[in-house]
Amino acid sequence: MALVAEPTQDTARQTGARPQGKPVGRTSPNLLGGLGGWVWLALIILPVYYVIITSLKNQAGFFGSNPLAPPTEPTLANYRTVLEADFVRYFVNSVVVTLGSVIPAVIVSFMAAYAVVRGSGRIIGSAHTLFLMGLAIPLQATIIPIYFMITKAQLYDTLLALILPSIAFAIPISVLILSNFLRDVPRELFESMRLDGCSEFTMMWRLALPLVRPAVVTIAIYNALHVWNGFLFPLILTQSPDKRVLPLSLWAFQDEFSVNIPAVLAAVVLSTLPLVVLYVLARRQLVSGLTAGFNK
Amino acid sequence: MKVRGARAEGPSAWMVVPALAFFLVFAVLPLLGVVFLSFTNWNGLGAITWAGLESWQTALTDSVTMNALIVTLKIMVYSLVVQVPISLLLGVFTAGTQRYRAVLAVLYFVPLLLSSAAVAIAFKALLDPNLGMGPGLGLPFLAQNWLGSADLVLFVVIFVIAWQFVPFHTLIYQGGVRQIPASFYEAAQIDGAGRIQQFFHITLPQLKYTIITSSTLMVLGSLAYFDLIFVLTAGGPGYATRLLPLHMYLTGFRANDMGAASALGVILVVIGLGLALVLQRLGGKNRSSSQLEGA
Repeated sequence: MALVAEPTQDTARQTGARPQGKPVGRTSPNLLGGLGGWVWLALIILPVYYVIITSLKNQAGFFGSNPLAPPTEPTLANYRTVLEADFVRYFVNSVVVTLGSVIPAVIVSFMAAYAVVRGSGRIIGSAHTLFLMGLAIPLQATIIPIYFMITKAQLYDTLLALILPSIAFAIPISVLILSNFLRDVPRELFESMRLDGCSEFTMMWRLALPLVRPAVVTIAIYNALHVWNGFLFPLILTQSPDKRVLPLSLWAFQDEFSVNIPAVLAAVVLSTLPLVVLYVLARRQLVSGLTAGFNK
Repeated sequence: MKVRGARAEGPSAWMVVPALAFFLVFAVLPLLGVVFLSFTNWNGLGAITWAGLESWQTALTDSVTMNALIVTLKIMVYSLVVQVPISLLLGVFTAGTQRYRAVLAVLYFVPLLLSSAAVAIAFKALLDPNLGMGPGLGLPFLAQNWLGSADLVLFVVIFVIAWQFVPFHTLIYQGGVRQIPASFYEAAQIDGAGRIQQFFHITLPQLKYTIITSSTLMVLGSLAYFDLIFVLTAGGPGYATRLLPLHMYLTGFRANDMGAASALGVILVVIGLGLALVLQRLGGKNRSSSQLEGA
């Protein structure tokens, strides 16, 4: 139903044909498009709502009440249970792995993107082709050799084991987005800096970096999101509980607290909170950067 | 690499070297490694011995493999069929300027912040026939054993995937729509085209490359639904949701047959690269480089 109506919403905007702000306008065909939008919103919100209210219920309230009703006696006890179950350690592990992956990934990707856009020659050309092909490599397929390499390097069950491949797999998309943005920096700016005697290195850090800072922030957040939520590498490359990162800890909580669903869901909420904060702080940047990155 | 004169244009190749090194060691080398390992016998701990085609034979004659391929294909196709229209229309819708649409677009983004493990755990609880949404909404129809029924579970998985990933594609389409010049619509309006006509004759053709980009990401992404399905159903009930990456993981790390698992990994790479290539071709030859960039 919404399938037909939504385009009319759009074209109404594009043509400026929306009725002149009269109440009549609100009953125009836009209604169905809006309806579709709101239905989707309900689908998005319902699980989120369920997770939050359930995490605030005690066992009796969970088994006794309507699952979708808010708790009659909200309690933070589940959150305490989770925090006492080494959650803080998992949180710190996730922070270490995320920062440890994202910072190097952004630096090497920026340098590579700069070389790709401004440079020439066979090495740079082949690297560019390789990164583009890398976009199509399914990460899962390489996990067995990565496991082999990490074991041989005596890195199994360390946080570094998670960091190294995460950097590698962040590179293709980062180079892609950064080079899309770097191409828009006018050549004249580089030329005038060159006339002033600046080295390529200075130009990269003093001119290019500040100009594409929005893109840098975008890929930093995008990669942070990926690494923070990553599950496969931790599942395969770590083992001991003190090396767990958050997504893996959720999975483990599920077993530990198998009957205590409110506690498991409290862990879900806690593990997501940092990203929600990050998103609130950097939403505009992320959304505009991603939009531009994928549509150029 | 030649040392260039001070006047030479452009940065030297060393700037690309750190990224290249990481990528070669942790992506390209493993890619070659998986091909090599697929011709060996290895239990994950002991010695690796050459096995010729034995691992391939194991992988290909295993009846679960064919099933996993079919499940993977089904999930891929259904994901596209469900996600492309929804995210396209939501993208077109939220590209509008009214404030409430902007607010909707913000809320749509929420699932992207959750890890697949979190999403899977949330839906597991929500779909519980006794304690979840079914009894909560008072609709007996919703109180089914969604994850325990081999007939229903695939559709649940496709729904949950859409729940998590439609928002991302909506964002891509929103950006695509905003790049269509308003003059196109003005011209169409003068020619007397209706709104639906405008959608099919302007919006849709103009979004061609956005559709290809988004679909490429969806198809490649469908090989990466591993985490979600691993936590949500662990491939079950039976083999109903055991898709190829999961089958590879279970063969390698649970059944300790790394050789056969590597063969499955090679199949995964071939499918991934093959599909990326096909989708790229759809974009037309002369656009091929920029299409790849779009992916």
